[in-house]
Amino acid sequence: MYLLRLALASLANRRFTALLTVFAIALSVTLLLAVERVRTEARASFASTISGTDLIVGARSGSVNLLLYSVFRIGNATNNIRWDSFEHFAQHRQVKWAIPISLGDSHRGYRVMGTSAAYFEHYRYGRGQPLEIAQGRQFEQDPFEVVLGAEVAETLGYGLGEEIVLAHGVATVSLVKHDDKPFKVVGILKRTGTPVDRTLHISLAGMEALHVDWQNGVPARGAGKVSAEQARHMDLQPKAITAFMLGLNSKIATFAVQREINDYRGEPLLAILPGVALQELWGLMGTAEKALLVVSWFVVLTGLIGMLTAILTSLNERRREMAILRSVGARPWHIAGLLVLEAFALTLAGVLLGLALLYLGIALAQGYVQVQYGLYLPLAVPSRYEWALLGAILGAALLIGSVPAWRAYRQSLADGLSIRL
Amino acid sequence: MNAPLIELHELGFAWPGQDELLDIPAFRLEAGETLFLKGPSGSGKTTLLSLLGGVQKPGRGSIRLLGTDLGALSASARDHFRVDHTGYIFQQFNLLPFLSVRENVELPCHFSRLRAQRARQRHGSVDKAAASLLAHLGLKEELLTRRADSLSIGQQQRVAAARALIGQPELVIADEPTSALDADAREAFLRLLFAECREAGASLLFVSHDQSLAPLFDRSLSLAELNRASRPVEA
Repeated sequence: MYLLRLALASLANRRFTALLTVFAIALSVTLLLAVERVRTEARASFASTISGTDLIVGARSGSVNLLLYSVFRIGNATNNIRWDSFEHFAQHRQVKWAIPISLGDSHRGYRVMGTSAAYFEHYRYGRGQPLEIAQGRQFEQDPFEVVLGAEVAETLGYGLGEEIVLAHGVATVSLVKHDDKPFKVVGILKRTGTPVDRTLHISLAGMEALHVDWQNGVPARGAGKVSAEQARHMDLQPKAITAFMLGLNSKIATFAVQREINDYRGEPLLAILPGVALQELWGLMGTAEKALLVVSWFVVLTGLIGMLTAILTSLNERRREMAILRSVGARPWHIAGLLVLEAFALTLAGVLLGLALLYLGIALAQGYVQVQYGLYLPLAVPSRYEWALLGAILGAALLIGSVPAWRAYRQSLADGLSIRL
Repeated sequence: MNAPLIELHELGFAWPGQDELLDIPAFRLEAGETLFLKGPSGSGKTTLLSLLGGVQKPGRGSIRLLGTDLGALSASARDHFRVDHTGYIFQQFNLLPFLSVRENVELPCHFSRLRAQRARQRHGSVDKAAASLLAHLGLKEELLTRRADSLSIGQQQRVAAARALIGQPELVIADEPTSALDADAREAFLRLLFAECREAGASLLFVSHDQSLAPLFDRSLSLAELNRASRPVEA
């Protein structure tokens, strides 16, 4: 179409302003898409952190708090629960499997979790995917064996056979180390993209062995000390754990079991449905996420207004161009069409450049984001929703382009064929 | 005798809220004629050209171009009619600076099917028509692909002339096309323009305040004499 050729030639003549405009739009498009993609992926990875677990049980506190420390390894439990409470519900006739969780120690900023073999068997994430061992095996008889999450192994550069020392407490710099009882790496899990990657798994016996000689929250000294070798021969049955996860025989029983746990006479317990708690937690973060999206829409709007300003400013200088076009036969609607096309072309170029920047950014940052935030940003073609966003931007450009188009239309009717000098 | 190319009859025009600016009882331009119309600024010259171009509608009376009453056509039909039958040359900066010389010349053919068709009939293609006109007007072939604003003013005016003539419109309206040229260039330009108009069989309506050019034309008129509404103009 000839009008398009004219619009592009005229834009090329003003290439500096045009390029700046395209660049501003491109950056805003990149920002919008990046926010959208991170948002979608964050939500997806968030929702797929845990699956298959029907109930999570811990000491009575808030459901979000329980979810945070038991699944996300954030924050701490307010209290422990007794081992017999766990046993009581593990043997419940509705319960298919139970995973005990014992928390409280760490290694160089990564949380250590004491658990049983049931964890490797029953824990599910994503769409029901089980945990898989990438190297080695899961911990067995010896209490001083540790299985590493993928990120722990990768970031700290640990391989099988490595001896590591766990620290008491969860601070990054810990003052009290369990350096008398080193653990040996026997297995490394495959990457899951969930907090499992950032966890060191030991057996409950190992967890017990670490603290077997502790009194009132401080390590024993001198004669009271128990060596690793001595600990191996002691009774390492834990008396308390932090929380446990339950899988039920039938989903229908979930609420009944939950009520039963919450009403348990033995000690105050709280049972939560992970899906509900996840939603609750996401609802808390949703505000920030929506704010981010609103901000990026405003950035897009700013980009488009920048374009409007650039085109409107150019109109006055281009009265002659319009008059010449009128004198060679362009109708006023041609003039208007020229400006709409111009706005559309600028925005289209901006959108395409924005997409290119997005993919370049993802390609460059993918590894870093995965390692730092456990978020996998796929280099996928735009989703239907993203196409709709881009379409909305182009639609907005047409709408905005009609403003200078209308002005030029009026102007060209008034100016006619000649511009008085 | 053939019908006149332009015929004005009891034409009157006033801008909204102003006194009547034009009041022309009668005016004719014959087919193939070259006419010098002397029009100092303020005499209503620009308005008359707008009326002839169909950009404005007369307040009263009629304008006939090739026998068609412009006042009876819609705005869009007048636009069509103008580009089909009239070529324009203005004072200066006539060209779109960002297009090549060739594209500038071909512009009217993109907006008028009739002129594109005539250009093809006569020269085989619009491209050839442009090249041939430019050659006749003394522009070398290597200039064709240059950007229009890289040419001298004199060259640009010849490109503008080629653009006005492509596709053989019946009428060429020139509004002070030579005012930016020096005296020698002015006459040379006019001779080329006359020759091409004759070749194309077009009438030329040449508006200028420079009386010294008048003897070169078939006929010379003063807008002030023609227009009963004209007020005394400050010198």
